[in-house]
Amino acid sequence: MTEGTANTTDENLFQLTNVNKRFTKGRESITIFDNLNMSIKKGEFLAIMGPSGSGKTTLLNMLGGVDQPTNGEVWFDGARIDKLSENGLAKWRAANIGFIFQFYNLMPMLSAARNVELPLLLTNLSKKRRKQSIDAALELVGLKDRAGHKPKEMSGGQQQRVAVARAIVSDPKMLLCDEPTGDLDRATADEILTMLQELNREYGKTIVMVTHDPEAAKYATKTVHLDKGEFVEKGSV
Amino acid sequence: MMGDLYLIFKNITRKKLRLTLTLFATFIAFMIYGVMTSFQSALDAGVELSADDRLVVVNKINFTQPLPIAYVNRIKPIEGVAGTSHLSWFGGYYQEPQNFMPMFAVEQDTLLEVYNEIVIPEEQKQAWLQNRQGLLVGEKAAQNFGWKVGDRVPISSNIYSRKSGGQTWDFDIEAIYKGSDPKFDTSGVYFHFKYFDEARTFGQNTIGFVAVRTTDSKLNEQVIAAIDDQFANSPFETETVPEKAFNKAFIEQIGNIGLIITFVVLAAFFIILVIVGNSMALAIRERTNEIAVMKTLGFKSGRIFIMVLGESLLISFMGGGLGLLIASGLTAGISESIPQLPPLIIDQPIVLESIGFMLLLGLVTGIIPAISALRLNIVTALSR
Repeated sequence: MTEGTANTTDENLFQLTNVNKRFTKGRESITIFDNLNMSIKKGEFLAIMGPSGSGKTTLLNMLGGVDQPTNGEVWFDGARIDKLSENGLAKWRAANIGFIFQFYNLMPMLSAARNVELPLLLTNLSKKRRKQSIDAALELVGLKDRAGHKPKEMSGGQQQRVAVARAIVSDPKMLLCDEPTGDLDRATADEILTMLQELNREYGKTIVMVTHDPEAAKYATKTVHLDKGEFVEKGSV
Repeated sequence: MMGDLYLIFKNITRKKLRLTLTLFATFIAFMIYGVMTSFQSALDAGVELSADDRLVVVNKINFTQPLPIAYVNRIKPIEGVAGTSHLSWFGGYYQEPQNFMPMFAVEQDTLLEVYNEIVIPEEQKQAWLQNRQGLLVGEKAAQNFGWKVGDRVPISSNIYSRKSGGQTWDFDIEAIYKGSDPKFDTSGVYFHFKYFDEARTFGQNTIGFVAVRTTDSKLNEQVIAAIDDQFANSPFETETVPEKAFNKAFIEQIGNIGLIITFVVLAAFFIILVIVGNSMALAIRERTNEIAVMKTLGFKSGRIFIMVLGESLLISFMGGGLGLLIASGLTAGISESIPQLPPLIIDQPIVLESIGFMLLLGLVTGIIPAISALRLNIVTALSR
């Protein structure tokens, strides 16, 4: 990851240029980011750390196209996304981004396989092709035998693995993880992080992970610290 | 598409008790609607099925007062009159007074020309015309009393006695008629006026009313004026009205049934609207996070809007369809157990109206939750 770069390059998957983000709370205007510049290279596994309120999740939301900067530019793979409409962003997210949340966010009434299928409902794949993709994703996270189980019938670690399968099933270029191990014990967290590391190393997925956990950050190829909307330190693991 | 339908189905069935109660409420509303509207439709059928070119001539004092039979021959030559037939209320009942029936002594030769909705097999028609004591019985009346062609039945009158003594009149069932329209009331019973007039103890040469068929309904006003003018200032002044208006006025004597039914149905729908609307709003509110996740995954807001609306529509159609189905069975049961009522039928217009109401109910109860889902901000929803 580099800072202060305004030009897109073939190496960069993401680039934020002079990004400002402000919220209005009553009469008060709160600035989260002021002229933030950053880029994320293809194939990077980036951990973003920082205290609560530092802007980690807001940054992740802007990268994922679920939040928009007040000013500035957000580029993804050579295309500007901050000007896309709500529907345009939805389509872009479906095609390019896989999301993994702290609390898994699976649909409780659906089986693991049906949860994994959700992103595929946004494609034109046939039922047979969808089934193949679901099987492959569940196989990859080691839960093929639990395909018919509902979330409440699985442990937290298994649910998060289903969430990982859901994130990768449509083969997105990038995975965005918001505290993916925040609700798990150490051993299970390590399993999930190892899985993410594998997805980065063996399948070339670019991963951005927000975490409070320094142990989790060790699995990333790079770690940055965010404080009050600014990068205060950078480094690689 | 199938995936979306599956999601809709899974969403509505995730809380079985809530779904059951919501469906039950919808089911009750549509069952009430089905039964009540079929009742209203049955009452209205007499008005709806009235022929535009048929007039009714009654005594101006009121329709229970008689008219001289001689009036019939004075009405026939009036310009615009295509045919006439006279009918007299008999007040008949079978065995017990509660088994009453709409029974008329009629001019048998002209009845079927003026009332061409009455459909009879030709051989039965001839048999009835030729037998002075012959009875023409409606299909429903025959079913009610277990009658068939060839039966000889004693019928009593709460008005007329026989000169030979007693109030019981013997008849031969010669014909059973159907209606040309399924809604046509076939509970009526008709017999020869001559037999009636000769045998009764009083009222000879008087009739109840005259049914007049005009050559063209456009001439109705002209014919009405001609008939009433002819008998003005006579001891038996007439009032001639189109059959539709006559039947409508007759039904309105019972009370404004239509208004009562409308109020009952409106109350049922208002309650259901509140119950289903509240249930839908609650269901969507509970799923705020899930909707935000779906949007995050890439589901467009419009698609989620349609899915939420689809849920309320599905509930409405499931409950409504079931309610209508049960109403259909109930109306058939009511018609069979209360023979005095006109036939209650859940017919095509009622089904179409019900489908319209199901659509409306689904849209009204689902629109606010659907708009909430449409406008849901992902960041705000996920940070809750």
